[in-house]
Amino acid sequence: MATIQRNMSLTGDASNQLNAFQKIGTAIGLGGIVLLIFSLFKDFQDKVLWLSIALIAITGGILLFAKGLYSNKLEGIKNHGVWFKSISSRGFWGWVAGISLTGFYVILYFYEGLLGANPNGNTGLIGLFDPLSKFLSGNPASQWFVYGTLYTVAILAFGIKFIWKYKHNRYEQLRTVSVMFFQTAFAFIIPELMARLNSDTFSLPYNDLKNMWPLNYYAFDGWRVDQFINAGNIGLAFLIFGILTVFVISPFLTYKYGKRWYCSWVCGCGGLAETAGDSFRQLSDKSVFAWKVERWVIHSVLVFSVVMTTAVISTYLGYDSEKYWLTKDKFLIGVALFLGLLFAIIWYFKKEELKKDARYGAIGYLVIVIALIGIHYFSGTANNKIFIFEAVGLRSFYGFLIGSIFSGVIGTGFYPILGNRVWCRMGCPMAGILGLQQRLFSKFRITTNGGQCISCGNCSTYCEMGIDVRSYAQKGENIVRASCVGCGICSAVCPRGVLKLENGPLEGRIDGNQILLGNDVDLMDLINKS
Amino acid sequence: MEHIVIIGNGISGVTAARHIRKLSDKKITIVSAETDYFFSRTALMYVYMGHMKFEHTQPYENWFWKKNRIELKKGYVQSIENKNKTLHFSDGETLNYDKLIIATGSKPNKFGWPGQDLEGVMGMYHKQDLENLEKYAPNNKFCKRAVIVGGGLIGIELAEMLSSRGIPVTFLVRETSFWNGVLPEGESQMINRHIKNHHIDLRLSTNLKEIKADEAGKVNSIIIQETGEEIACDVVGLTAGVSPNIDFIKDSEIEIGRGVKVNRYLETNIPDVYAIGDCAEQHEAIGQRRPIEAVWYTGRMMGETLAQTICGNRIQYKPGHWFNSAKFFDIEYQTYGWVFSKPRENEAHFHWKHTDDTKCITVCYDTKTNEFLGINTFGIRMRHDVFDKWLTEKRNVDFVMQNLSKANFDPEFYKHYEQDILNTFNKNFIIA
Repeated sequence: MATIQRNMSLTGDASNQLNAFQKIGTAIGLGGIVLLIFSLFKDFQDKVLWLSIALIAITGGILLFAKGLYSNKLEGIKNHGVWFKSISSRGFWGWVAGISLTGFYVILYFYEGLLGANPNGNTGLIGLFDPLSKFLSGNPASQWFVYGTLYTVAILAFGIKFIWKYKHNRYEQLRTVSVMFFQTAFAFIIPELMARLNSDTFSLPYNDLKNMWPLNYYAFDGWRVDQFINAGNIGLAFLIFGILTVFVISPFLTYKYGKRWYCSWVCGCGGLAETAGDSFRQLSDKSVFAWKVERWVIHSVLVFSVVMTTAVISTYLGYDSEKYWLTKDKFLIGVALFLGLLFAIIWYFKKEELKKDARYGAIGYLVIVIALIGIHYFSGTANNKIFIFEAVGLRSFYGFLIGSIFSGVIGTGFYPILGNRVWCRMGCPMAGILGLQQRLFSKFRITTNGGQCISCGNCSTYCEMGIDVRSYAQKGENIVRASCVGCGICSAVCPRGVLKLENGPLEGRIDGNQILLGNDVDLMDLINKS
Repeated sequence: MEHIVIIGNGISGVTAARHIRKLSDKKITIVSAETDYFFSRTALMYVYMGHMKFEHTQPYENWFWKKNRIELKKGYVQSIENKNKTLHFSDGETLNYDKLIIATGSKPNKFGWPGQDLEGVMGMYHKQDLENLEKYAPNNKFCKRAVIVGGGLIGIELAEMLSSRGIPVTFLVRETSFWNGVLPEGESQMINRHIKNHHIDLRLSTNLKEIKADEAGKVNSIIIQETGEEIACDVVGLTAGVSPNIDFIKDSEIEIGRGVKVNRYLETNIPDVYAIGDCAEQHEAIGQRRPIEAVWYTGRMMGETLAQTICGNRIQYKPGHWFNSAKFFDIEYQTYGWVFSKPRENEAHFHWKHTDDTKCITVCYDTKTNEFLGINTFGIRMRHDVFDKWLTEKRNVDFVMQNLSKANFDPEFYKHYEQDILNTFNKNFIIA
């Protein structure tokens, strides 16, 4: 085994060499990035011109590269040489890319001054983006505006590359057009334009309508809620919409279509993962061990986020008891009742579908949450302390650990090392909630086509969520996994037409076969029934 | 405790082992000379193409075997001594068994071509073939051209493999059209064109005369029988079918023909010795099947069946409706029921092809009863369970054509062709 792998990397192979389009595309695209880096050290005079050149070069470079890669190929799967190229197989360029991205995120989150952020007038990279920001919102740029712009450019340019790659697959194309649209309109342009409405008497918080709690962990922070309430009917509408998405719209769509409606059709994190991160999907860990780690980590983050949000909300409810109709005590009792009821419903209807560790986990976490609420409720009105923690401290600890380090630095910076969905798989509390629902109350499943599976492993290899799809397909079992984001790539890369993403009746959604279709009918009956 | 020894860690042997473990506590040992762990043979091509690493072709993690108490032994069985129930390995070791399952699969056919054992000549079946190909065809600088001999499923996969690394391929096919002993004419012709669209130098009705070597004993060129043309090449792939891999059995008392002869219970003539998968040969063919079926799915089904017999529930191997699938470069192929290359007595074919020349279907039915007999589908995925049901229910062809959309298994938002197919079908029938 070792010999053959070594041969492959040493001798190289032709499929992995760049053609003229790809070389020119690389040069132009990297040229655009060099311009951006250059702006860190020397301010350009004509910012509009140089920013335009840089962004067009980056976009154009990516598109030229994609053209070289796909334009003269027949429709079909384009994974030749994925494991030979160092960028997509954790080789040298993979590590270079991973370290560069990680470094960028560390600077972005913690050292924005290095990028030129300055309340008295931006310089450097952020200064370069001032004209664009003023054009959209009327305000000078921030590091988040720079990041948002580059993020959107990445999703658009790599989105087109992805559509090109899957020119035979309409599911992939529509899905990608959808994430490109939601990123550009909802995450980027609309919030900036809305900022124009703000004045001294009227102010809305920066609001990306599709960015739901708990992915948006500050959605119900006091200052935001206050701003919404103070902004009259529009603000109130946004606030109500925010609550409705969490408790009504999202559960309904997830019931009908699975969590994919959000994770691979709408979400910005998912959008970046599916476009810019597509080249790294094969790097996710498929071992059973990784799956165990995943279940504990993601649900711990979810519990953390619920506790943190409850703490934050109850704090400001406690401060201003006259301002809100909801009091802190009512709120806490309400949360406890809601969680208890949710748990009871799951336990009553779906207990059989939970594995042993999931049952322990569910009971354990419920006890912890209720205990925390109980301790607080009975501990009187020592207002600054929430549960046994300081609410503000809890909130900023979450923001630092989950919001910055996990979702940004590790989640995106480590694309070329851990795969493109580490955050979505291990960390995202939103994915945690949607996943629970997808597993227990949803029509979505990936159907296996009878006995046609040849256990080749393409589906598992290219599953960005690290699901061992093959282990289900070769048993003729539907794939109903909490983590599945419904990207559809397993179905696309299957050489035997075995997998199909479907929404269907709840009955028989999860079924395993000991003996697959095609065998003697008596034997199938005998074994599959016993 | 009864000791079950299985020679061969392919899909047949491993399926048997897994099911025996599910049903019993017997001691199980799997012997293989090829690899340490079970891998999917059909996926070897994707390793060379860079879609996967070899470890990705292994369906079970390495801890699986110990956890399920399935012992793995690496070694080459040289001979079987039935009297003492002993296996003799090439390194002199021995292993005793109580029950023996022979699941040694196939080996590539060689038809006595001059030069067929030269360096750079290889089949594409074992993991060692993959390593060999990696050695002789690492890229298109080292391997300027490859010639493939034999137009079947492995031949076209080898062509796809080599072309994925930009290596020019000449593809010699004995038949007048690709795989037309199995595929009806319209389908076979479509695949011919698809092969050429992938820049493969496809030579139909062409046979290999001999393979020539350079001074070092490595492939240098091949000569074509019909024209005498010499084609310079660095690699020759021999893919003219496979035959049972049973040379080590020849000196034992186990009855063999082309394969190990078995009855419907997969038992050989020697008690407690069984054979399954590619290497097993039925005394009499089952239904319209061939006596030797070198197919992934049948190997798996034989393993499932034999596990029952070994664990005390002696049952016959009774495969259900025939099905199979393959992929020809970018075109997926599935078949359910029987569609032969030419309609047999009282049979007729209905053929539909999309104008883009990558999708088509052929439906076979009985001209007297109108019973639906089978379907070949190219570029459109269809549901196994639906066709299995329709075949069992002996539905007529009109029903199948009218309900074809129920069998569609293409991804969501794909264009549907059922209406177009039905219109064509109805038009044909009115004319006829």
